[in-house]
Amino acid sequence: MSMAVDGRRRGSLAIGAVRRDFAPWADPAATPFIRFERVTKRYGDVAAVADLSLDIFEREFFCLLGPSGCGKTTLMRMLAGFEAASEGRIVLAGQDLSGVPPYRRPVNMMFQSYALFPHMSVERNIAFGLEQDRLPKAEITERVVEMLRLVQLEPFARRRPAQLSGGQRQRVALARALAKRPKVLLLDEPLGALDKKLREETQFELMDLQVKLGMTFLVVTHDQEEAMTMADRIAVMDHGRIVQVATPGEIYEQPASRYVAEFIGDVNILEGKVSEAGEGRCTLAVADAPASVSVAGVAEPLKPGQEVALALRPEKLVLTHEAPPAGTPNVFAGTVWDIGYLGDWTIYLVRLASGRTLRVSRANATRFVERPLSWDDEVFVHFAPEAGVVLTR
Amino acid sequence: MDVAPRPPDRGAFGRALGALIPAVPFLWLTFFFLIPFVIVFKIALSEPATAQPPYRPVFDLSFGLEGLSEALSQLSFYNFSLLFEDSLYFSSFISSLRIAAVSTVLLLAIGFPIAYAMAKAPERWRPTLLMLVILPFWTSFLIRVYAWIGILKPEGLLSALLINLGLIGEPLQIMNTDTAVFIGIVYSYLPFMVLPLYATLEKFDYNLLEAAEDLGCPPLRAFWRITVPLAMPGILAGCLLCFIPVVGEFVIPDLLGGSETLMIGRTLWSEFFSNRDWPLASAVAVVLLVLLVGPIVAYRDIEARRWEKAK
Amino acid sequence: MNRRFGFFDATALTLGFAFLYLPILILVVYSFNASRLVTVWGGFSTQWYISLLQNEQLLQAAWISLRVAFLSAAAATVLGTLAALALVRYGRYPGRTLFTGMVYAPLVMPEVITGLSLLLLFVAVDFDRGFWTVVLAHTTFTMCFVTVVVQARLVDFDRSLEEAAMDLGCPPLKTFFTITLPLIAPSVLAGFLLAFTLSLDDLVIASFTSGPGATTLPMRIYSQVRLGVTPEINAVCTILVALVTIGVIIASLATKRSAVARQ
Repeated sequence: MSMAVDGRRRGSLAIGAVRRDFAPWADPAATPFIRFERVTKRYGDVAAVADLSLDIFEREFFCLLGPSGCGKTTLMRMLAGFEAASEGRIVLAGQDLSGVPPYRRPVNMMFQSYALFPHMSVERNIAFGLEQDRLPKAEITERVVEMLRLVQLEPFARRRPAQLSGGQRQRVALARALAKRPKVLLLDEPLGALDKKLREETQFELMDLQVKLGMTFLVVTHDQEEAMTMADRIAVMDHGRIVQVATPGEIYEQPASRYVAEFIGDVNILEGKVSEAGEGRCTLAVADAPASVSVAGVAEPLKPGQEVALALRPEKLVLTHEAPPAGTPNVFAGTVWDIGYLGDWTIYLVRLASGRTLRVSRANATRFVERPLSWDDEVFVHFAPEAGVVLTR
Repeated sequence: MDVAPRPPDRGAFGRALGALIPAVPFLWLTFFFLIPFVIVFKIALSEPATAQPPYRPVFDLSFGLEGLSEALSQLSFYNFSLLFEDSLYFSSFISSLRIAAVSTVLLLAIGFPIAYAMAKAPERWRPTLLMLVILPFWTSFLIRVYAWIGILKPEGLLSALLINLGLIGEPLQIMNTDTAVFIGIVYSYLPFMVLPLYATLEKFDYNLLEAAEDLGCPPLRAFWRITVPLAMPGILAGCLLCFIPVVGEFVIPDLLGGSETLMIGRTLWSEFFSNRDWPLASAVAVVLLVLLVGPIVAYRDIEARRWEKAK
Repeated sequence: MNRRFGFFDATALTLGFAFLYLPILILVVYSFNASRLVTVWGGFSTQWYISLLQNEQLLQAAWISLRVAFLSAAAATVLGTLAALALVRYGRYPGRTLFTGMVYAPLVMPEVITGLSLLLLFVAVDFDRGFWTVVLAHTTFTMCFVTVVVQARLVDFDRSLEEAAMDLGCPPLKTFFTITLPLIAPSVLAGFLLAFTLSLDDLVIASFTSGPGATTLPMRIYSQVRLGVTPEINAVCTILVALVTIGVIIASLATKRSAVARQ
């Protein structure tokens, strides 16, 4: 049990939600289940995936996250066998997959469009993959029933896909891909076509299912919330490269670059210059701040004079009517420019003297507020040294 | 003020106009398409005569009901019994059906790969490819059949080419045979086969093939189990669109076929124009129509269903 | 990217289009042949076009065909568009099944049957056969093609555009002419051109329904073709092919431009 994982735990402090007993990526002795080894995929002159290496472990719930066109789908399709890598190789459970056609690979995919065969009933769709393996009839029937039960679609066995709702179709697609008990289940934007409520429910169902079946899941998504909720680890991709591979908590609280910080969640980015650098802490000169800004929990070594960016999450900023007591670090003065009330949260846009706007969010923890903030109120924003993240890239 | 929504008031004029839109084409087709068939049936039951028009009794609206009942009493099934007694008519019906069936299979075998390739081609090529298929369809049917005469006849271009290449010693004897008729039919009707096939294949979701492959199904099997069943409406529409008119084809067998190429359209034509036996020609048309009613209704159903779906 | 266009597909297209176009191409080339023999190339010459211009009968037939095609296509366009509206915009009404049957059956009906039945109609109502009977016959069989073309566009038509117009106070009839018709115009034009060429092309129906003095171009060509291949007919065919090609290109450019303008 190696709990003391560097970067995830600092003393007794932890980042994000941790699935205990499961962190094979931190164990140097563990063998990866899927290995992308220096994989490149070119379409003409354009590299959709560029010299990418990635290890995924058995029973991991892994998410490829990025905007459309970042190469995440290409990467998944290469694993499924629909695209061949221009360079490098993909190894699954010790087997080099180069040249293995899709219909001989021990992976199954749930398509973004679900790709259910419209001329076959639900049960025939689920049985399709099993029939290809020429399993005995009785076993196919048994497996189909089991799958229908798993996704709670027993009453719909004889319906055609066109007669199902979007959520039911998603379940059929899932059952069909799971029926062959693949080594890896690939899910291409699995929840993209569902509405918000259903999406949230399904997220938790998928997580349960994955633990229950002990299967490796690889999900491609552009929805950061989806990735954050479900994944053990997330790989953030940009222009065919992986920018960061880490747990959801690390991705959010310790982004590796401005790109990651801006892609995941909301963030205020302030430009600054290092004026003093120490062990794990530093002082920055920020143009928008009246005084110097001090930051703690710095992961990277910094040099004085270095140009850096300071990332501040809106919920980590404190907003007050009164000036904070003297000696409080990192105080900004400003006026409330705009307010967005979301119910659980309220977003405030605070305009600083420099003309720059900071985004501050506050949980609406009580129903009634004694002195609510209003438009044009003079306010103060401050944050703890640990709240900011210094980004060098 | 709350006003309950109500349908827009179109007024009396609007309503009359609304009824007129279906009524005008309906009446036109009734008069110029439906009623003529009734007349064909009627005349098929008349006897030939050397008169103008060359049949008896003459269908005359001025006689009214009385005339009609008198006409009915003079009906004769002579023409139909002739059709079944004379082996010429019977074998030309059989031969027409055979030629149409074989041509339809050939058309499907040639048309499907073309339509499939068009549907798979990059999207920016597709309008051009589509136009290239349609363009010959717009040029004269007669011209297209005629073009093959120059190619297929013994002293024609194909023989000349093959002799020059040393592949054959004697000129080809294709012209005026069934082979020439098949070539002519496939050539002339290919767009009719390709277009409906392309229409279904173009909408086909190619993810389904990937899904099948992903589930362990090799490409060729996936083609038969996924592509073909889903393309079935297009396959049926294309086959009917070719089969039905080919059964009654006249120009191609007349220009490319030999004297032994019996086709019903040709028989009808010669009964009508050469023998001037209008009642017999009508009887031939009636039998042909009866043969084709099933396929025509099937074709109408496929088309109507396709449009219902598109709506 | 899911549709893999492979070697087999490229071969199918190449062979398919070669098959469709080579015969026409050969025809066009040999219309410029100086030799009267079809297989022998006797050098480039336009003599057949010149002799064509002196062939009174052929020119007269062409003039009749063009007039028939124009009149019947115009009538077929109006009728066919109305029929398309009736099929797409009207739900269930008595006789709808019969109506769809009457619209689709002429598309596949063997021409000998259509020709014969129309002839017998004209005889029954004692209508003298000639120019106008051909126009009526062609209107009837081409209007169904117009219907199919216009129907395809109407099905895609966004009805909220009409509702918006009426919401802004435009009465239904005016809405049809100011909103609907301009938007389906390319398909109506395509329908007209299709009807025009089908009429120009038709031999069988015209042979049945025409009378003395109304010999159309295909009828004239047919009677000459039966006597054998002649370079003069090659020249006529080349002119027709050129006309149709130009027409189709103009039509497709018009549709493309209106499609671009709409975006």
